Order: sequence, then structure tokens, then C-alpha cells
Amino acid sequence: MDLKAKLEALAKQNHDRIQQIGTLAELNDVRINLLGKKGPITEVLRGMKDLDAQERPQVGAFANKIRDDLTEAIQSRKEQLEQAQIQQQLAAETIDVTLPGRPIQRGTSHVITQIMDDLEEFFMGMGYQVVSGPEVEEDHYNFEMMNIPANHPARDMQDTFYINDELLMRTHTSPVQARTLEKHDFSKGPLKMISPGRVYRRDTDDATHSHQFHQLEGLVVDKHITLADLKGTLLAMVRHVFGADREIRLRPSYFPFTEPSVEVDVTCFRCGGVGCPVCKYTGWIEVLGAGMVHPNVLRAAGVDADVYGGFAFGLGPDRFAMLKYGIDDIRSFYQNDLRFLSQFQREG
Amino acid sequence: MDVSYAWLQELVDVPVAPTELADKVSRTGIEVESIKRYADGLKKIVVGHVLSLEPHPDSDHLQIAQVDVGEDEPRQIICGAPNVGKDQYVIVALPGARIADNVKIKKGKIRGVESLGMICALQEIGYPENVVPKAYANGIYVFNEAIKPGSDALEVLGMNDTILDFEITPNRADALGMRGVAWEVGATYGNVPHFTDESIQESGQPITDLLTAEVADAKDAPSYQLRVVQNVQVKESPLWLQRRLWNAGIRPTNNIVDITNYIMLAYGQPMHAFDYDKLGTGKITVRRATDKESLTTLDGNDHELNDQDIVITNGKIPVALAGVMGGLSTEITESSQTVVLEAADFAPVNIRKTALKYNLRSQASSRFEKGIDVGSINQALDEAARLVAELGTGDIAQGVVAPTNIKAEDTIINITLDRINHVLGTELSAEVVEKIFNQLGFGTRQEDGLFTVSIPSRRWDIAIEADLVEEVARIYGYDDLPSTLPTTTLTLGALTPVQARLKRSRQLLEGAGLTQAITYGLTSPEKASRFMLHDSLVTQVSFPMTTDHQTLRMNLVSGLLDTIAYNVARKETDLALYEQGRVFVKTGDQVRPDEREYIAGAVTGNVQLKDWQQPAQAVDFFTVKGIVESLLADFSLVSPINFEADASDDNMHPGQTAAIFLGTDKIGMVGRLHPAFEKAQGLPATFIFELDLEPLMAADKTEIIAQPAPKFPSVTRDMALLVDKQVTNAQIEVVIAAHGGAFLKAVTLFDVYAGKGIADHQKSLAYTLTYRRDDQTLTEDEVNAAFDQVLAHLIEELNVTIR
Repeated sequence: MDLKAKLEALAKQNHDRIQQIGTLAELNDVRINLLGKKGPITEVLRGMKDLDAQERPQVGAFANKIRDDLTEAIQSRKEQLEQAQIQQQLAAETIDVTLPGRPIQRGTSHVITQIMDDLEEFFMGMGYQVVSGPEVEEDHYNFEMMNIPANHPARDMQDTFYINDELLMRTHTSPVQARTLEKHDFSKGPLKMISPGRVYRRDTDDATHSHQFHQLEGLVVDKHITLADLKGTLLAMVRHVFGADREIRLRPSYFPFTEPSVEVDVTCFRCGGVGCPVCKYTGWIEVLGAGMVHPNVLRAAGVDADVYGGFAFGLGPDRFAMLKYGIDDIRSFYQNDLRFLSQFQREG
Repeated sequence: MDVSYAWLQELVDVPVAPTELADKVSRTGIEVESIKRYADGLKKIVVGHVLSLEPHPDSDHLQIAQVDVGEDEPRQIICGAPNVGKDQYVIVALPGARIADNVKIKKGKIRGVESLGMICALQEIGYPENVVPKAYANGIYVFNEAIKPGSDALEVLGMNDTILDFEITPNRADALGMRGVAWEVGATYGNVPHFTDESIQESGQPITDLLTAEVADAKDAPSYQLRVVQNVQVKESPLWLQRRLWNAGIRPTNNIVDITNYIMLAYGQPMHAFDYDKLGTGKITVRRATDKESLTTLDGNDHELNDQDIVITNGKIPVALAGVMGGLSTEITESSQTVVLEAADFAPVNIRKTALKYNLRSQASSRFEKGIDVGSINQALDEAARLVAELGTGDIAQGVVAPTNIKAEDTIINITLDRINHVLGTELSAEVVEKIFNQLGFGTRQEDGLFTVSIPSRRWDIAIEADLVEEVARIYGYDDLPSTLPTTTLTLGALTPVQARLKRSRQLLEGAGLTQAITYGLTSPEKASRFMLHDSLVTQVSFPMTTDHQTLRMNLVSGLLDTIAYNVARKETDLALYEQGRVFVKTGDQVRPDEREYIAGAVTGNVQLKDWQQPAQAVDFFTVKGIVESLLADFSLVSPINFEADASDDNMHPGQTAAIFLGTDKIGMVGRLHPAFEKAQGLPATFIFELDLEPLMAADKTEIIAQPAPKFPSVTRDMALLVDKQVTNAQIEVVIAAHGGAFLKAVTLFDVYAGKGIADHQKSLAYTLTYRRDDQTLTEDEVNAAFDQVLAHLIEELNVTIR
């Protein structure tokens, strides 16, 4: 048989066989056997030295074609097998993606802290400094400096835990303002501050009273601070906390440390002002007290009340949290039931 | 202050209905807390005339009344009230009526006898017990005048009136009288009140024949005014007066006492009436009580007085606590014939102290505390005398005895238009401001923007510029003020380093899985004194509400344990909590405690919950220590942190507790509660930590100076050591660190083993040491030399065996 016939037989015989091969290893064996140095094609090509010079290129070209065809067939089969193998692997690796993910243990800050942090950031953005002060306070700073002298009827408004005649648990964070005002150097610019913190009142704990709660008070003093500035500041704050659509209204009130004094109501964020149980069908909810700093408070701190003036406000983070999240018992904040606390883990 | 809408309408034109009035007044002056109408929910209640009474055949206390209720025929009504009588005018609820608590009255038979309605007590139609006259407290109410049967009883009783509850702040005591309220409402609507003051007829003896008076110290009673009314008949007040009182929340008593209360309501001027004959001396002296002097007040209680109390005496013994409560010995009774009426002004601070001390705060004392209109003391006194003479058919003695007097003067305040606009942020015109002052009834002169404002004595709360600014603001209307933001030079808003550090520490612990708790700063003495990091004396509040909240805490752990107990009781058993807050510590003769910022945590149950891939993992010492280490690492401390076994706290597990040191200073602790303590407190196994943040925040910090990422690879070597059980990891690490050489970068403990295959007194520890040079790749020889050096020292210093 001449070489050409031999090659044809080889091609015919192996083309079918390659299609039958089931594994990559077997295919590799076949490739080595067929196309390797000891394989039949190499052998045929080696036999070409016995051919005529005329015949040699023809047979050579033919042999190369056969080898290329077989190489291609093997490659093609290899891809098929590899594809099948990947499919098999993927099928084997398939999982139930609806099984739960691994839980990440994450704690959460207390809802009151969240309210206070939010307010601190808001006021810092407007250039207010955050000032902390002692929780055990002197009568002098807690009351006298706040224009509440001994035996003033307004002392009734804040029933107090006294430690001795001079020391008490602060009933508001106003003494921090008194301390700061006393030290502030107005030649270096205005005073803009908030004082957040714990306060104490001699109250019996129930759904709406707590002997411990929080306050965040604000104070701005400069040469030209107006009641309109107070109104604008509180409007911005209320909208930040309770929603951009909120409106506020001021009502006359009384605090010894401010004159004029106002209570601030916000349009009900449950009903939008049409009336509901939350706002007791008035459309308004009382959220804080404020006013223009009483000249006695400025003078007590050594500030010239004829030149400087300002506004002050005080709000209760506990009350804010209760209003914002519909919490009806202030004791929830201090019982720290984990099921209660953890609901505030997500953005509120 | 309960304000009767009907009464108010007599004093000033009110152009709006009660609800609208309440809203308007709340917005411009005084908050109206609530509005009520006693008649709400009531119906078919009329006046009846009892025509006859006969006993019920089957009852020893019921009676069968025939009552004219204005219908063609009288109605038969069964009545069980002990005070029902023939010819009485009474309150009758007809069948179909609604009385208090939404009770419906039906026709019915009572023990076989038909009853077509019910004769009512005041309580039964909704009056609170404390306003019902004592004579009718245990029976039906009987009108003391003839009223047409069938009339609407609710109207007759004043129940159709609307009562507005004015929430009077301490500065607005001027509105603690109806005349003050009328001025306020008038100012709101631009109406001037119309008061009628009738003149008095002095038909009695000259008062000086009857009475002398003195005030020992005019500061105690700057104004003391007395009148005497003779030949008085003490009896029940007419219905109009009773109505005024009970609608204001005051119980009618008798005409004299009722008049003093009525005058207080009308003028805001508290009054007192003495029985002249019981005084016995024709003399009144106002002075301080002497120590241990005693007085029995009208309520029947005895008091031991002291020199802070101002008393009214008959020249010998106290007969009243001035401005607070009268004495029983000179009480007005039905037999009283001559009445001394007192209108005065007393020192507010003494009144306040006395009322507080004897728990006798009343409408009168609270008015004196806040001040009264010194301009209307005599007006009030005259009106009281006039009414006593009229309602008690008496004769007013001629003249007034007045040992002290106050001349009421207007307060003059100058204020510029600029000042008002400067504070309010407005551009009000002089005309607008002047109109407001006029509405308020203030005398006003204006010249070139300077106002001279005369404030009458009835507005004694107004004393300074700022007070006038408030008047302008509220009457102008807060709604009409602009909203602006302050324009000042720029200021920086940033947390202080301490505030930032506290916040960052909170966030780190939350990232580590702990949830923030906020517990009480005041606790019991026992809880306050546990888990203390430093010796401290307790600080107590003087008058605690409860023993649970009397001592300032000196640790944060106790509060967290309360929280754990609270949650565990509710079947929440996997808990990881922390608190950041202050503790209050003091030593020696310190009075005021230092406030130190602490942070503490408490973890119990599982830190890793069981799920479909892994088993649950319970908290242990090392979980909590890891949290503490991670927090402390964040402080970039220069000095080293050391954990040392500490068995000194009786409430802590002696073998699972470490004291934490920064250099040589104790700054915290971490460990498990003592099992006995856990058991006693009903707590599960709980691990806690507590850190004093003050030294940590004050300590020197390392700065971060950036290094390029290493260019050369690191090399590791592992070692397994057999050591005596007493040898600690810390000891081994000290030796490794001391002799590790310049290229040792890290030491990691990766195995601890004791048990099978190892002698009882020994344990095995295995470490990975990581070496790296930053200037070139380490050679095998360099690493081996360094590693051998460490091994040699471990063998020599700690007698280890290399496995």
C-alpha cells in the first residue's frame, strides 16, 4: 500500500475513534500515540525519504493535512470534554441560595444616643461647639446663675435631688451654659454652643416621668442675635429631625432664664397637621422650650447685657425619641430590653 | 386657674367662642390646658319641687316623693337620700336622662313602687366630690331659693358654662384673678374691660372703737388692711355665688368664707375672715412666731411654729398662719356675728416656706408666693365688706384699720423702637408698637422712637426692657415674626478630643457586637459600691425618692447586670451590652465627687448563635478580653497594657479575672462574675469588663508615621514548647520579645494543650515567629541564628523543653 493510502486509512480509522473518546486522559493518550514522534504519521513521514523527489511534496502536503485534521479533531473533542466537565462541576457545586447568610454580630447605639449624635452633628454643621459639664452641680450654677434665686417659685418647676445645701444633681444642662458663658472671651467671636447630657429630677418614675433623662440645650450670644434667628434655627432643626415638611409655631411661656420665653410646637408628623391621637387632635405637638437669654443670666456671667444678647433653647432627646418613634413609655429607655434597643439598629 | 367663660363675658367683650378663645389666648399669652363643660354628656335634668313625701311601704329608708317637674301632673319618684324633704327644690333626672359616667335613667319599679326619675346629688351629675358643699355631701342637693319647676337644672347650676383651664406660669400671677384674665383677654382682642365697682355704705360703728392692729415688721406684711362688718348672719351663700365657686373648683362653705374665696377669684387677692368675738381682744398683731409656739389650723391640724413663720395673733396667741391658713379658734361659724376681714400683702418667701413646711399649700398661699397686685388690695377689701353686708345683712364698721400700707405706683420703662426691632429681628413701626402698648392698657408716650411706658401695678411682672419686648412679640404675634439664621462671624463646630474619643469608643464596641445600654446614675448603696476600680467614698442624695436610687454610682457594671437580669427574666439569654457614662468617686474629705468617664461591658450566653453551618459558641473570658484588647489597641498608647490575674474582688471569679494596667496604673478589669455572686443575683454566667477612660485619654499616644509596604518577604518559624503549668504566656512572650532580635516582627500563639501525652504538671504552647528585614531578603542563616537565640533563652530562663 502506498503511503497516501496508508494515511487515508489512518485518518478514516481515527476520526471516528476520536469522537468516541470519553475522557480527557484517554484523548491525551490518543493524541500522543497518533501525533507523537513514535506515532503512525511521523512514521509515514519518515518513510518519505524512499519516495521520488517528484512524489515527495505531494505526499508531504497530504500527510500534513491529515495530521492537521486529526489535531483539529482532537482539539475539538477536547473542548467538548472540557465543557462537559465544567458543566458537571457546576452542577455538583450548585447550592440553595435561599439558605440564610452567616449572621454578622453587630451592636447598636442606644436610641437616645442616636438622637443626640444626630443633633450634635446638625449643630456642629452650623458652627456650634459641643460642651459637656458636670452632672453633680452647684446650686450656684444650676439655679442662681440661671436667674432662679433661692425660694423662687420656679424652683418648684424642677424638683431637685440635693446632695447637700450647695450640691445637687443637675436638673438641666443650663449650668453648662452658665459655666461656658462665664469663661467665653467675646473679643474672639460669638458663643455658639450646645450642651447635651444627663439630667435628674426628683420625680416618681412612670410612663411619662423619669428621675433621669437627657437634655440638649443650645445657646447663641453675640451683638445682634434676634428672636427671628431663634425661630429660623429651630425651624431648621425641627425639619432636620422630623421631616422637611414640618412647620413650627411659638407660644408665649415662662422660663426664669429667658425673656421673652416661648414653647415651640411642631406640626404633627403623624397626621401632618389634620389631627390625630398623637397630637391630641390639635395638629401640633409641643417639642421644646426656648427664648431670648434673660439679661440677668448674661450679667451673672459677667457679660454686658446692653451690648450682647442671644437666644437659648432646651429640648429633651428622650421626648424627641418618643415622638419620632412613637414610644409611649419613657422607662423603656432605661430598662434596656434588648428587643426594644435592637429595633433601632437600622437607619430610622 | 379655672376661668368661667360666662363670668369672663361679664367683665370684657369676648368676640369669639370658648374654643377659639382658648386657642388665641394660648398663642398670645397664657396656655389654656383644657376646656370643659360640666353639662357635656348630660341631658334631661331639671329642677323639681317636692310636693309631698311618704314612706315606702317595703323599706325603712326609701321615700315616695311626688315631684312637680313643670309637667301637668307631678311625678312619683322614689328617693333614698336622708336629707330629702317636703317643699325642697331639687335636681331631677327624668326618664331618658343621662347623668354622670354616661348612666341612663329609666322608668322603673323600686321594691314594687313605680319611680319616674331620680332626685340627684351633685356628684351624681358629675361634680367632683371636693366642690360639693358639705351639707349635701351625703345626700341630694337642695336649692336654697325657689326655682320654676321644669327649668333646665344644668343651666341653673351653671353647668352649661364653659370652664377654661388657664395654665398660669409663675410670672403671670396677674391672671390668677378674673379681672387679670379680663385684662389679658381684652388686650388680645383690643377691648377694654368693663368692671363695675359699687360703693360701700359704712353703717356700723367706727372701726377704731372695735379694733386696733399692728405689724411688728413691715417687711413681713407691707400692706395690712382690715375691715369689720357687724351684725352679720352666717348662712348658705346664694346660688350665684355657689355656682361661681364650684365652677372654679372651690367648695362653697358659708356666705362669709365664700365671699373671701370669691374675692380671691375675682381680684386675685387672697382674703381671710376672723370671728371678731372669738379674737376676744379687739386687737390684731402681725409678728413672727416664737419658737415652739403652737397653732391649730382650720383643718384641725396642730403645728409647732418657729420664727420663720409669720402669724396673725390676737395680741397674745396666734390665730392664723399669715397668708396660708386661718386658725380654728377664730373660725367663722353659724354663730359668728361680727367679722374681721383681712386683705394684705405678705412676704412671699416666708409664705412659701411656711406653706411647704406644714404641707398647707393652697390657692391663697400660692398667690402670695407669686405676688399680688398691691394696687387693688383695698378695692378687694371694700368689695368683700360690701358683699358681706349685702349677703349677710350686716353693717360695715366705719373706716379701715391699716397698720401698714403700700402706695401702688406705675413702673416706668423707657425703650426705643430700635431696641425692640433689634431683639425681635423685625421692622415694626412706632405706630404698631404704640398700638400694642395701648391694647395692654399701658400708658405710652413716644418721641423720636423712644417710648416711655407706664405699667400699672396689676402687671407687676413687667420690670425691665426684655419684659416689654415680650409683650410686643406676643401681642404682635409670633407667627408673624420672620425666620432667619444668626449672622455672626464664623465659628468652628467640632467635637473636643474627649468627646470624639468617647464616641469612637462607643462605635468600636458596637462594631464588636455590643449594644449600648443607658442605665441609672443613681442606684442603691450596695450596687453603687461593687466592681470599683478605685477606692471611693459614697455620695448620696439627701432625700431620695426610693432606696433604689439614692447613691451615685461608682461603677458601670451594676447597671449592666440589672439590664442582664431584666432581659434574662424575659427569656433573652444571649446578651452583649455596654454602657459609656460617668461614675462619681471621691476620697478623703472631698465633698464633691470627681466625675470619671468609664466604659463597661457585660456579655452572657452565646456570642455565636447556632446556625445551619456551625454550632453555638458561648462567651468566655477570651471573647471579652479580645474586645477589651481591640478597644485598647485603638488608643495608640505608648505605655504597655498588662493583664494580671486578680483575685481581689469578691464578686469576681478568682481564677478568671484580670486587672488591667496601663504601665503601673490600674485602669480596668475583665473577667467572669463569681459563680456564687451570679447565683445570689439570679444571673447566668456573665463576663464583664470595666475601663476607666480618664487615664487612657490622658496617656501619651504614639503617632502614626506611614511606612511603605515591605519590599521583602517575611519568613516564619514555628516552635512548640513544653513548660511547667505555672509558666504564663506573658512570661514566654517577654523572653521571646527580649531575645527575638531586630528582625522579629510578630509572635503568634497558635496552640495551647495540656492532657493526654503530656505530664500532669506541664502544658504545651506553640508559637509562630515571623521575621522580616526591610532592607533585603533574609537569609536562612540569619533566621536560624535568631530563632536559635530565642530557643536558648527560653530553655535557660523558663526551663522549657522544645518538642
